[in-house]
Amino acid sequence: MAAAVPGLSRARAAAAALLLGCCCCGAALTGGVQDQAEQFFRSGHTNNWAVLVCTSRFWFNYRHVANTLSVYRSVKRLGIPDSHIVLMLADDMACNPRNPKPATVFSHKNMELNVYGDDVEVDYRSYEVTVENFLRVLTGRIPPSTPRSKRLLSDDRSNILIYMTGHGGNGFLKFQDSEEITNVELADAFEQMWQKRRYNELLFIIDTCQGASMYERFYSPNIMALASSQVGEDSLSHQPDLGIGVHLMDRYTFYVLEFLEEIHPASQTNMNDLFQVCPKSLCVSTPGHRTDLFQRDPQNVLITDFFGSVRKVEITTETISLDRDLTGFESKFPEDELATEPLKYAEQLPVAQIIHQKPKQKDWHPPGGFILGLWALIIMVFFKTYGIKHMKHVF
Amino acid sequence: RGMAAAAVLLLLLLVAGPVPGRAGAGRERRDALREELLLSPLPTGDVAATFQFRTRWDADLQRGAVSHYRLFPKALGRLVAALGVRELHLALTQGFWRTRFWGQPPLQAPAGAELWVWFQPTVTDVDRAWKELSNILSGIFCASLNFIDSTNTVTPTASFKPLGLANGTDHHLLRYAVLPREVVCTENLTPWKKLLPCGSKAGLAVLLKAERLFHSSYHSQAVHIRPVCQDASCLAVSWELRQTLTVVFDIFSSGQGKKDWSLFKMFSRTLTDACPLASQSKVYVDISPKNKEKELLEVTPPPTSVHEAVVQGDKKTYAVYDLLSPSLFNTSRSLNVQLKWKRPQDSSEMPVPVLHAQRYVGGYGLQTGDICTLIYNTHPYRAFPVILLETVPWYLRLYVHTLTIITKGKENKPSYIHYQPAQDRRRPHLLEMLIQLPANSITKITIQFERALLKWTEYPPDPNHGFYVGSSVLSALVPSVIAMKDVDVEQSPLFTSLFPSSDGSSYFVRLYTEPLLVNLPTPDFSMPYNVICLTCTVVAVCYGSFYNLLTRTFHVEEPSRGGLAKRLANVIRKFRGVPPL
Repeated sequence: MAAAVPGLSRARAAAAALLLGCCCCGAALTGGVQDQAEQFFRSGHTNNWAVLVCTSRFWFNYRHVANTLSVYRSVKRLGIPDSHIVLMLADDMACNPRNPKPATVFSHKNMELNVYGDDVEVDYRSYEVTVENFLRVLTGRIPPSTPRSKRLLSDDRSNILIYMTGHGGNGFLKFQDSEEITNVELADAFEQMWQKRRYNELLFIIDTCQGASMYERFYSPNIMALASSQVGEDSLSHQPDLGIGVHLMDRYTFYVLEFLEEIHPASQTNMNDLFQVCPKSLCVSTPGHRTDLFQRDPQNVLITDFFGSVRKVEITTETISLDRDLTGFESKFPEDELATEPLKYAEQLPVAQIIHQKPKQKDWHPPGGFILGLWALIIMVFFKTYGIKHMKHVF
Repeated sequence: RGMAAAAVLLLLLLVAGPVPGRAGAGRERRDALREELLLSPLPTGDVAATFQFRTRWDADLQRGAVSHYRLFPKALGRLVAALGVRELHLALTQGFWRTRFWGQPPLQAPAGAELWVWFQPTVTDVDRAWKELSNILSGIFCASLNFIDSTNTVTPTASFKPLGLANGTDHHLLRYAVLPREVVCTENLTPWKKLLPCGSKAGLAVLLKAERLFHSSYHSQAVHIRPVCQDASCLAVSWELRQTLTVVFDIFSSGQGKKDWSLFKMFSRTLTDACPLASQSKVYVDISPKNKEKELLEVTPPPTSVHEAVVQGDKKTYAVYDLLSPSLFNTSRSLNVQLKWKRPQDSSEMPVPVLHAQRYVGGYGLQTGDICTLIYNTHPYRAFPVILLETVPWYLRLYVHTLTIITKGKENKPSYIHYQPAQDRRRPHLLEMLIQLPANSITKITIQFERALLKWTEYPPDPNHGFYVGSSVLSALVPSVIAMKDVDVEQSPLFTSLFPSSDGSSYFVRLYTEPLLVNLPTPDFSMPYNVICLTCTVVAVCYGSFYNLLTRTFHVEEPSRGGLAKRLANVIRKFRGVPPL
C-alpha cells in the first residue's frame, strides 16, 4: 500500500506538470500570434517622403549629382512616387555641354548604369538650391505660391529620408560654393520639424568629408543618422571614367547603391545591415551612425520603412458596381452663347496703327521730397534776400 | 371629377418619367487631336524634325463650367480658367537656330525659357496673376520659371500681338519674360510628354527619347494655348493647345558625316502605329526641289500622297505618310522613313533667307561696351518694316543718346520708338523700334552701355561665367516670293496655321537673335575673410603692444638657490675647481 501512494502522488505530480506544460505551451502559442500581430503594426508610419539634396556645382562635382540620382532611383524603384520626393540638384550634369553623352548620368565606369533615366523630375534646380530653400522645404515655411511638387507635405505619420551630399567640413556643408549650412542650423531645423509634428521618424544620410560632424548636434527624438566618414576623415570618390573624364561616384554611396539594388519591396533587411555597408577596407574612411535618439531598436527597423513606400492593404469582399452609362453626364453643360458677329484674329504687324499709337500717358507722381525741399530752399533764399514784404505781391 | 382627372394626369406624368430637357441643351463637346511630324533637310546637311500635337476643344474654358476633361490636359485647363489667361506661350530651348544657314524656322524660340501671356480684360491685378502663373508653370514643367519677376518682365507695346481670337489689344494685359540661363533637359521633357493624350506610348511621341533629342544642335519644346475659331463662320470659340518640339540633328555628331537620314538614325526608334485618340496622324517630308531643279531627294518607303503648298512665301512639296491609312503598315509592321540623296548636293548654292539678323557685344574692358545688331534684308527689290524688341537687364546701363541706326551709310530713323529706361533692381530696359528695311541692305543698330557694380550678395554662385542678355525679337511681315492663296487648311502642315495671315502677299515671321554673355566686374569673394583676418591681426598686435606698454612693470628677480641637483653639481664643480653654475 505504501508503494501505491507515492506512485499515485507521482502520477498526480506528473499530470500536474503536464497540465502546467500545456498551459505554458498555450501561452507561448498565443504569445506568438500576438507577436505577429504586433509586428504588423510595429512601425507607426503611413506614408514615406524623401528629400534628396546635391549641393555642388561645376562639372568636376559630377559624382555628387550621380550620388543623389542613384538614391533617387532606388527610392523610386522601391515605391516612393515622384510627388513624395523633393529632388534638389545644384547643377545640371546631364545636359551640360561637357557631357559626351547628353541626357545621361552614369554611376559605373564603362557607362553601365544610367541613373538619370527617362522619367526624372527635378524639383529644385540650379540656382534654386540654396540653404534658405532647403530649410524652407524642411520646416514648411514656403511662400504661398509655391507649387505642390516643391513642398514637403509630410504629417506626423510620415517617415522621411533625407540624403545630402557635397563638400563639407567639420560642422558645415557647403552649398554651391557660396554659402554653408552648419550642423547647429540643421539640428534646429529638425527640432522645428519635430515641434510642428512634421515627421514620425527621420533617417538622415550624409556623404561628405567629415560627415559625422553634421549629426553631432541633433537633439530631437526619432532621428537616425548615417555618415560616410568621421570627423577628421575625408570621404573618397570611387572610380573615374576616362570617357567622361571625372569621378563618377563616391565610395560610400556606391556601396550603398549596391546594397540597395538587392532590396525589393518585400525584403526584411534591417538597419543593422545598412550600418555594415562599406567597411573601412572598401571605403578608406570609417562610416558612422547615430541611433541614440531613435526609439526603436535598429534591429527592428526595416530598410523599406525609409527607402520604400510599403502600403498596408486591406482586402474587402464586397462588390461595387460601376455605372456604365455616362451619357447623362455630358448633357449637363449650359448652352453656349454664340457671338452675333464673327470674331476675328488680331493683325500681327499693323504698321499704321503702331506708328500712330499714342504714347502711354506717364502716371503723374507728386513731386518727391528732394524737389519739394529744393523749391522750399529757393523760396526761402528769395524772401530772405528781398525781404518778407514782397510776399503780399506774390500771393 | 376634374380633381380626379388632374390627379390621374399627374400620376401619369410622374410614371412617364422626367421629360427630357429642351432639345439642344448642351451640344457634344468635341475634342480632337492632330499630330504631325515634319522632316526637312537643311542646306548644310543637317535635318530638322518638327513635331506638332494639336488638341482642339470646343468648350469655353473661361466660363468655368467644365469639369470633364478628356484629351485636353486638366492641369492647363484649370490654369486658364483660374487665372484668366487668354493666351499662353511657353518655350524651352537649348541651342540656337542659325537662320543664315538653315533658312527661316517654322517656329523659333530664344535660348533658355520664354514665356509670354495675354490676360483677359477681366483680370484686375495682372502682375499678381503673372507671378502666380509663372510659379504654377515652374511646378508643372520642372523649370526655374519662378525666377521670373519684375526684373526680367516687360510689357511690349507693339510686338507680340495675340495669335488667337482677340477683340481689342490693350497692351497692359500682355507680359513677356525670358530667362536665358535656363537649362533644358529630360526633366522638362517628361512633363511635356505627359500632357499628350497618348503620352509617349503610341503615335508619333514614341520617337521622343531624351538621349537622342538632347544630342542635337537645337532643341526647342513649346506649349501654345489660344482661343481659335470653331469653324469658318467663326461665331463660337474653341480652345487650342499646341505642343511643338523642334530638334535639329547635326550631320557630324548624329549622322556620322553622311547626309542620308532615316527615322531610326535620328531617333533610334521607328513608328509602329498612330495614336488611337488622334483624328489625324501624318508624317511630312520636305522634298522641295532647290533652285527649280529636278528633285534630288528620294524617300523610301513610297509615301501615301504628295502635297504641294505655299509655306512661308515659297512653294514647297511634301511627301505625306498618313499613319491612319491602312495601306501604310501592310508590308511591314514599322515605318522607317529614309531620306537619300540621288546625287551629291552642290554645297556652294545655299539659299539665303530674306530676313536674318545677328547680334554681338563690342568694346573692351569691364566698364563700357556696346550692343550691335545687324539686320539683313536680302530681297532684291522689296522693302519691309520690322519691329525690334530688346530687353536689357538693369545692370547694363544703356545710353540711349548713343543709339544709332545706319543703313547703307545713311542714318535710318525709326517710324516708331518706345523706350522704357530701367530702374535699378526693379525693371529692365525695354527698347522697341519699328524700322523700315530697304531692299538688299544691311542695317546696323548700335547702342552703348556701361556695366554696373552689383552688391556682394547679388552675384550668382558662378559669377565668372558671366551674365546673360536675352535675345532680341524681330517681328516682320516678309514679302512672299509666290502669292499665297487660301489653301486647304486640313491638308497643309499644322505650323502654317499658327500665325494668322491677313493677305497672301506677305507672311509673318518672328526671329530671335543670339543671347549675349557679358562679364561684369566681379569682386574677389574671399576678400571679406582676408579683411577680417588682417584687421583682427593688426588690432591684436597694436592693442597687445599698447596694453603691455601701459601695464607691464619690471621687477628684479632673486636668482633661485637652485634645486638639489644644482647644489650637488656645484659641490662637484667646487671639487673640480670649475666656477659654480
